[in-house]
Amino acid sequence: MTLLIRNGHVIDPANAIDEVCDVWIEDGRIAGLGEFSGTASETIDASGQYVCPGLIDMHVHLREPGQEWKEDIESGSRAAIAGGVTTFCCMPNTQPRLDHAGVLLQVIDRARQVGLCHVHPIAAVSRNLEGKELTEMRELARAGAVAFSDDGMPIWHAGVMRKALEYASSFGFMVIQHAEDLELTSGGCMNEGWMSTQLGVTGMPAEGEDSMVARDIMLARRADARYHVAHISTAGAVALVRRAQAEGLKVTAEAAPHHFSLTEEEVMHFNADAKMSPPLRTEEDRKAILEGLRDGSISVIATDHAPHHEDDKRCGLSCAAFGIVGLETMLPVSLELASNNVITMSDLIAKMTINPARLLNLDSGTLSEGRAADICIFDAEKRWTLDRSKLFSRSRNTPWHGRELTGQVTHTIKGGRVVFRNGTIHD
Amino acid sequence: MMKLQHLFGIADLDKEQIEYLLNLGESLIDVSRRPIRKAPTLRGKTIINLFFENSTRTRTSFEIAGKRLSADVINISASTSATKKGESLLDTGQTLAAMRPHVLVVRHSISGTCQFLSEYLEGTSIVNAGDGSHEHPTQILTDLLTLRQAGGYENKVITIVGDIAHSRVGRSHLLAATLMGYRVRLVAPKTLLPAEVERYGCEISHDFDAAIPGSDVLYMLRVQTERLTDNCSFPSIREYHEAYGLNRKRLAAAGKGCLVMHPGPMNRGVEIASDVADSASARILEQVEHGVAIRMAVLTALCGDTGGEG
Amino acid sequence: MAEVIFDTVAVEQALDQLAAGIHGDEIFLAGIQQGGADVADSLQERLQARGAAVERGNLDISFYRDDLDTIGPNPEVRPSHLPFDISGKTIWLVDDVLFTGRTIRAAMGELFDYGRPAAIRLVILLDRGGHELPIAADLTGLTHAASAGCSVKLVAGDAGWHIEQRRVKV
Ligand SMILES: [Zn+2]
Repeated sequence: MTLLIRNGHVIDPANAIDEVCDVWIEDGRIAGLGEFSGTASETIDASGQYVCPGLIDMHVHLREPGQEWKEDIESGSRAAIAGGVTTFCCMPNTQPRLDHAGVLLQVIDRARQVGLCHVHPIAAVSRNLEGKELTEMRELARAGAVAFSDDGMPIWHAGVMRKALEYASSFGFMVIQHAEDLELTSGGCMNEGWMSTQLGVTGMPAEGEDSMVARDIMLARRADARYHVAHISTAGAVALVRRAQAEGLKVTAEAAPHHFSLTEEEVMHFNADAKMSPPLRTEEDRKAILEGLRDGSISVIATDHAPHHEDDKRCGLSCAAFGIVGLETMLPVSLELASNNVITMSDLIAKMTINPARLLNLDSGTLSEGRAADICIFDAEKRWTLDRSKLFSRSRNTPWHGRELTGQVTHTIKGGRVVFRNGTIHD
Repeated sequence: MMKLQHLFGIADLDKEQIEYLLNLGESLIDVSRRPIRKAPTLRGKTIINLFFENSTRTRTSFEIAGKRLSADVINISASTSATKKGESLLDTGQTLAAMRPHVLVVRHSISGTCQFLSEYLEGTSIVNAGDGSHEHPTQILTDLLTLRQAGGYENKVITIVGDIAHSRVGRSHLLAATLMGYRVRLVAPKTLLPAEVERYGCEISHDFDAAIPGSDVLYMLRVQTERLTDNCSFPSIREYHEAYGLNRKRLAAAGKGCLVMHPGPMNRGVEIASDVADSASARILEQVEHGVAIRMAVLTALCGDTGGEG
Repeated sequence: MAEVIFDTVAVEQALDQLAAGIHGDEIFLAGIQQGGADVADSLQERLQARGAAVERGNLDISFYRDDLDTIGPNPEVRPSHLPFDISGKTIWLVDDVLFTGRTIRAAMGELFDYGRPAAIRLVILLDRGGHELPIAADLTGLTHAASAGCSVKLVAGDAGWHIEQRRVKV
């Protein structure tokens, strides 16, 4: 049984491969790259398309357990493979929280049953995300947690954050922070600035994120800890991360596609589908994130996929839930970075494959011989218009509805099996 | 001229439309001064006042406006718990729209409520009677009519004092000033000013006394006393009155020609001293009278089918 | 093209004749905006010249029309203003052109909101025919049978008032 992907433009940043060649798969593993000369049982003609490792999204909110009407592990997995994502990390703010090994194992087990994606939980830093007592991190790691975060909530109090960084780093775990000083952002529903002033709504100032990141970096320095900024959104935070990295600290950051492609202008006319936390910021912030992606300060692109039911969005901007779905738009929106020459295609793919894999010690994100054959094939030129009713996600909250996007996933292969092909899922 | 379908805010109007509404309003002042205060203009029209926030005066003003023009006016006060706000808002809006009123007048504490409702309600004109800290267009039209009756607003300096950050009246005036050719001077401590407010092109001062010379109108905003002290925006009412309250001395410094306005309801002794509120410079009761006329004008404009040619 | 159907001389003569028909020492005149107010101004001058005491007011019937739905509110609306108590008085209601009668019906409606007059007398400079309501003037200056597709207007020229007729698209 040989699956041959012929004549695609293969991008495998881990192995510095950026050329047109064949990729062949045997027994669910990468068997070789180059010019194929045997006989294949199935052939995918990838001429004119890119072939890269299956994408990794290290920031996804599944709503299972607890709010399955918004998204469950199955619908989330379907959305992922439709977006070329074969591996993702799910955040702990479910009901119950991912703060106990039992819940973690249940999620992992369910994801295996669905079988479309590799799902790695990120477990809670504090019990019930309350920011008071630490979770049993060693036990959670044994159960499968790949990192720790209270995302959905920040680890707000400095004393708790200090202990979290010290304890997690004692065992080599990374702490991921949703950097937001809740006192500064209280009641806010968008970036604080000219736009929030015009709309007459309470804003969330950039300083709410900056001050948290600055504080955390100081604490991480003292603890010699691995600290990762989730969904970085401000110019100030990017500068802080860059400086910390120059200093040699183990500080990393991820950016979400909406933060480097959209600005607060989207919220004009009270658009609740442009409401998320951290909020869309200004053009200067957006440019700073592009620069951070370019110079490597931001090494990962992750979606912060946050499904919400229509009822939670259709109630006026101030009342609407925070978050947008992102798995199915991650690749096309991010491809703008390459087409606008912000970064090379290889760097772009690295930020969605090998970089998060290395950060989380995952055995994926490359096309190295012998690795599980998780592959994404996409047409970088294909133009299409997003129709939210056609999303595979159970939720519809996207600001890209009705917009033309460039770049579309044609095939997603997981473990050598074609699970998504030209718009259809094969489970 | 663009036909008015809804009135969400000054931001959606142009100069011509504002002048037209002021003309209509000016003509309608007289209707409220006759022995029989009723004209048949809106006979057969149904108007629903949907108020999610308590505001007896604005609701009454809209109610009288509708009734004086022979419309059928129904008042609904929807009380809302903080958490249920959203759901009940859309449901209530859709339910009322299904009863086919011509106009839905909406007051809500959430900015953008009218725009939001309009996306889901068809065939009903929506008038914003104040949404959160966003806009309050009929109040600004009322103020402009009052200024027009007092000699005009063009090139005048209107000094707005108080909690600009949470003021829909302030925002609507800032928009109208650019459109209609008057100037706005904002007076407040930084805690009560919204981010980047200078981008409206207004003057900003933290010192009331320094801002008084050259002002043609002192426009005092209502202080929401709970809000002021709860979130550390101001230490005390006493200090507020001392720093930003309008008293006799400040009124004297403003000079004889300077008018005093207030969108109401007033907190006497907080943002405005009692004797100032009752002084000859005050146009506060005129504002109330003109408020009815402007709301009659707005309802008439929304109910007429084509608006333009007469 | 506009066609002058009554020149300044004819209009002035008609105004003299109307003024002569208005009797009493204390006269209450209400002009209908805009043309009727202009006619009322001219009548007022003539009446005062002969020594009568004249009280003047104007009505704008925009808010009393029955056609808000079809043509919308009048963008040129002017205030109604009757600075005297009309109760028990004879009111001389003045308009420039009498056509369908709907304007007069609206004006009478509005007048009654100011009080209960003893009588209303209708003074019309030009009756152009085409009445749709049982309304006729008490005093008529000029008559002219205009066709339905024509607009007839009192116009201020260099020499004074004249009346024009023009064909409008139907
Ligand atoms: Zn987050």
